[in-house]
Amino acid sequence: MPMLESLIDKIKTAVAPSPIACTACRTEFPAKQMKKALMVCPSCGQHLRMDARARIEATVDAGSFGELFSDLKSEDFFHFPGYADKLEKAEKLTGEQEAVVCGTALIGGNPCVLFVMDAQFIMASMGSVVGEKITRTFEYAAEHGLPVIGFTASGGARMQEGIVSLMQMAKVSGAVKQHSNAGNLYVTVLCDPTTGGVTASFAMQGDILIAEPGALIGFAGRRVVEQTTKTALPQNFQRAEFLLEHGFIDCIVPRAELPETLARLLRMHKKPATDIA
Amino acid sequence: MTAYEKLKAARASRRPTGAAYVEELFDSCIELHGDRRFGDDAAIVGGIGMLGDTPVTYIAIDRGTDIHSRMAKNFGCPKPEGYRKGLRLMKQAEKFGRPIICLVDTQGAFCGADAEERGQGEAIAENIMEMMDLHVPVISIIIGEGGSGGALALASANRVYMLENAVYSVISPEGCASILWKDSARVADAAEVLHITAADMKQYGIAEEIIAEDFRNFPAMCASLRTTLERDLAQMAELSPDQLQQTRYERFRKFGIFREA
Repeated sequence: MPMLESLIDKIKTAVAPSPIACTACRTEFPAKQMKKALMVCPSCGQHLRMDARARIEATVDAGSFGELFSDLKSEDFFHFPGYADKLEKAEKLTGEQEAVVCGTALIGGNPCVLFVMDAQFIMASMGSVVGEKITRTFEYAAEHGLPVIGFTASGGARMQEGIVSLMQMAKVSGAVKQHSNAGNLYVTVLCDPTTGGVTASFAMQGDILIAEPGALIGFAGRRVVEQTTKTALPQNFQRAEFLLEHGFIDCIVPRAELPETLARLLRMHKKPATDIA
Repeated sequence: MTAYEKLKAARASRRPTGAAYVEELFDSCIELHGDRRFGDDAAIVGGIGMLGDTPVTYIAIDRGTDIHSRMAKNFGCPKPEGYRKGLRLMKQAEKFGRPIICLVDTQGAFCGADAEERGQGEAIAENIMEMMDLHVPVISIIIGEGGSGGALALASANRVYMLENAVYSVISPEGCASILWKDSARVADAAEVLHITAADMKQYGIAEEIIAEDFRNFPAMCASLRTTLERDLAQMAELSPDQLQQTRYERFRKFGIFREA
């Protein structure tokens, strides 16, 4: 019997998801509890990274999400060392085809178009597909006169796609501007980490910039900055609080309050019903 | 020449810098300083000059020519105030219907703590977005290194030219090598896989024109470059302001290689 019991124990541990440790205070919590808390550490309040689907579920009205542009897939057109393998692994790990999920949704009853980046997918770096999906998101929103809510998280441009990835910055920026020129609202929610070419393009182009507490937001990496400056950097360097202090974001909103904040913003930017008479 | 040889040529210390092109290409130049917000970044030289009979706004990244000017110019790595000066001059050009010529030569935007504090990412983002919306002709010439977002912030143009040995890259080959192989010495391999040469740019439609280099006869080389600029500006003069904006968007809209089920 002890053998059987130990076998049952082994199966139990294999089936039960392993606990999730807070990246700040290291306290471990059962996965279920952590997910219920929206990946915000119950002990210290640290906002852990969240996958795209969980974020959508936590943000939009239940059942209102309709995914768009999900059939785009990346290509290893430069035969870049390790890229094909990286794409395959990222797909397996996340169950996503690429690092951004786009679609229409309601937030507090207000229609909008969403894009949500998933840092688990090759650090949500921006290659052709990420650039194309976000561009289409803005074009779709402009066509339908809808606001865009964008959750950013990215290591920057996707080196494996060379110069083509750099061009995505201008492509998306052009689409953001056309959407904006038509009087449509764009709110960015800057999540941990938003860096490099994404910071230097659409992450900073919102009408309203919201950040999650403690999110790392910057252009150059901390280590590079340290090497360049050769001085000690403040503890909160490139954190959301640092950007707020320097005037580069509008506000910091805890994750649990985001849906309500976004709903209020969407409501306050609602366009008057077009006069058809 | 291999990609790595071109990279070295693009970085060669005796290669003409942005200011040298400004002097050769344009007449009656008046340099305009400052971003009206924080300061004046010497890494970016901007102003108004005559290209033949046409007044143009020029914006050039300049690395400097000796140790003193290189330090003053931060080795051609612009800070946010540099990009903001550039944007101010571009908006001014748009107001007066002047074409804009940008000369790009940078390893990348400056990575110091002060640049981060003053919003390097925001400055580049704003430049790219506003450039995509300009209603005047914009031509950018990569004269040496086109380093990532710091270059694109002055290269979101209607047409892009590459000098024969200029390079344009999403990341420095050193940075790429250290990420890929944990070995920054494998720069040559990284330069190859990144596709950074003028021929690569032409092939992928990132650049329209490759400009032959002849630094020994620099005035003659620039005279020929001026002819190319004048030809392209004459072509773009046929377009309405809205068409200039729209065709620039279409130029960038097509970039991206992917599969669609």
